[in-house]
Amino acid sequence: MSASEPDRNGSSNSAHNGTSNGASGGVRNGLPGGARNGSVPSGAAVPRSARYSAFSLFKHGLRASEWPRAWRTHPIRDSYDVVIIGGGVHGLATAYYLAANHGITNVAVLDKGYLGGGGSGRNTAILRSNYLTPEGVRFYDRSLELYRNLATELNFNVMFSRKGHLTLAHNDSSLRTMHWRAEVNKLQGVDSSVIDPAEIKKLVPYLDTSADTRYPILGALYHPPGGIIRHDAVNWGYARAADALGVHLHQQTEVVGIETAKGEVTGVRTAGGRRIATGTVLNATAGWSSLISDMAGVRMPVQTSPLQAAVTEPVRPFLDAVVVSGTLHVYVSQTDRGELVFGASVDPFTSYSMRGSLDFIEGLAGHVLELMPGLAKMRLLRQWAGLCDMTPDYSPIMGRTPVNGFYVDVGWGTYGFKAGPVAGETMAETIATGQPAALITSFGLDRFERGELVGEKGAAAVGH
Amino acid sequence: MIQLPCPWCGPRNVSEFRHVGEAVPRPEPAVATPEQWRSYLYLRRNTRGWTEETWYHSAGCRRYFRLSRDTVSNQTRAAGGAPR
Repeated sequence: MSASEPDRNGSSNSAHNGTSNGASGGVRNGLPGGARNGSVPSGAAVPRSARYSAFSLFKHGLRASEWPRAWRTHPIRDSYDVVIIGGGVHGLATAYYLAANHGITNVAVLDKGYLGGGGSGRNTAILRSNYLTPEGVRFYDRSLELYRNLATELNFNVMFSRKGHLTLAHNDSSLRTMHWRAEVNKLQGVDSSVIDPAEIKKLVPYLDTSADTRYPILGALYHPPGGIIRHDAVNWGYARAADALGVHLHQQTEVVGIETAKGEVTGVRTAGGRRIATGTVLNATAGWSSLISDMAGVRMPVQTSPLQAAVTEPVRPFLDAVVVSGTLHVYVSQTDRGELVFGASVDPFTSYSMRGSLDFIEGLAGHVLELMPGLAKMRLLRQWAGLCDMTPDYSPIMGRTPVNGFYVDVGWGTYGFKAGPVAGETMAETIATGQPAALITSFGLDRFERGELVGEKGAAAVGH
Repeated sequence: MIQLPCPWCGPRNVSEFRHVGEAVPRPEPAVATPEQWRSYLYLRRNTRGWTEETWYHSAGCRRYFRLSRDTVSNQTRAAGGAPR
């Protein structure tokens, strides 16, 4: 607990109460120095004294002194300009960009568990932008760009490895979809192309590309900018940088109610019996998002299903690309530590249970061995599940809702982690200005009323 | 392993079934408003807890049936059997 707040924290509180005013509302901040658009100078968020560097490592090594906590705990204030529900990569990134790009620092991130304990710490950490719709490609490509510079921006080693991403096609129809995606990607300036089995074999020698398998590989969508990252580091990096800018992070603080009056948000209630006054609430809670939206009286076309993943014991590096097979419902990548991370499609029914199943592990093992028979002797270390909030069109729901001041950043399904930085950046802009950011105008909740769905199912890594 | 009680075949592994989803009454297309039709198409309660839903026994008797299921524990009961 820090008794004294840093001064840049308190200065913005009294000047404006941060309630969103009407349709054009949003949380405006009058501080001219605070607003900043575009790229952020490297490591700007963290004060010089607390920066991580080779020199500070050396210094700490000599002194054997404790490292400062990456983020602090604060007493909960009675009022915040913005309350973000959900302390995953989306919530933390939104908090960070609100502070860094828009100068809005009187922000609280509430999480019922610990930071990054939901989908943000349970995904398979694959990054790519080879989507199917132009809207999706533009959006995820911006995310990839932010991810690329994230380590510098946050002064936190997020371990991004640009390994290349292969989506295998085992039949004519998926090969056709791969060509379709490659052309859409090229038009948006994203590096994707369809390659044949011989080229696949060169990139991933351990893959069984022979023609006599049950599902012969006919080709693949090759996406060189794709890769993997360390998802915990992304969460912690955003948390640390947001904390340094004055954002309050409250873990183990469950929201049990959202108060509204005359169609506007007025506050939230926590499980501890506290009431926090605020004019702006962001729902960034993935699998639990329809429960939170219900509290504000907003219904969401979202259904929650678990998605399971598993990891093997570490072995020497042999797999240099992310390999995905939609037909076999599996994706594989090797971490920097040498473990193979496997993921699959969502479980075939809705559930809030995060227990792994034998069905999954059995199917997964069989499918992985069809792709790489050489792995037969590897042992699995553990399996786990996370919750996915699936939308009818597999695109997210972002932006304003019929309740003024209640914003959503939900419906991520199986794509949430990839979108973390761009979702944070665009939601911060949306909250600050009251208008949806250009990249997310197609993802509004009202698209279901207008029938303007953004069908992204064809870009799912594996069939759902 | 999760077992579902098929009313005709008895308890079977969940992998034999297809999840159709929450039971939502279909409005009469001729008189339904666009809002009613939209909510029939897209909006589900997505309950955390006991919910009534439709399943299809695709690898068994190939019949549709109703079931109560707790979406947290995946316990099941015959339709309408959710604890009140």
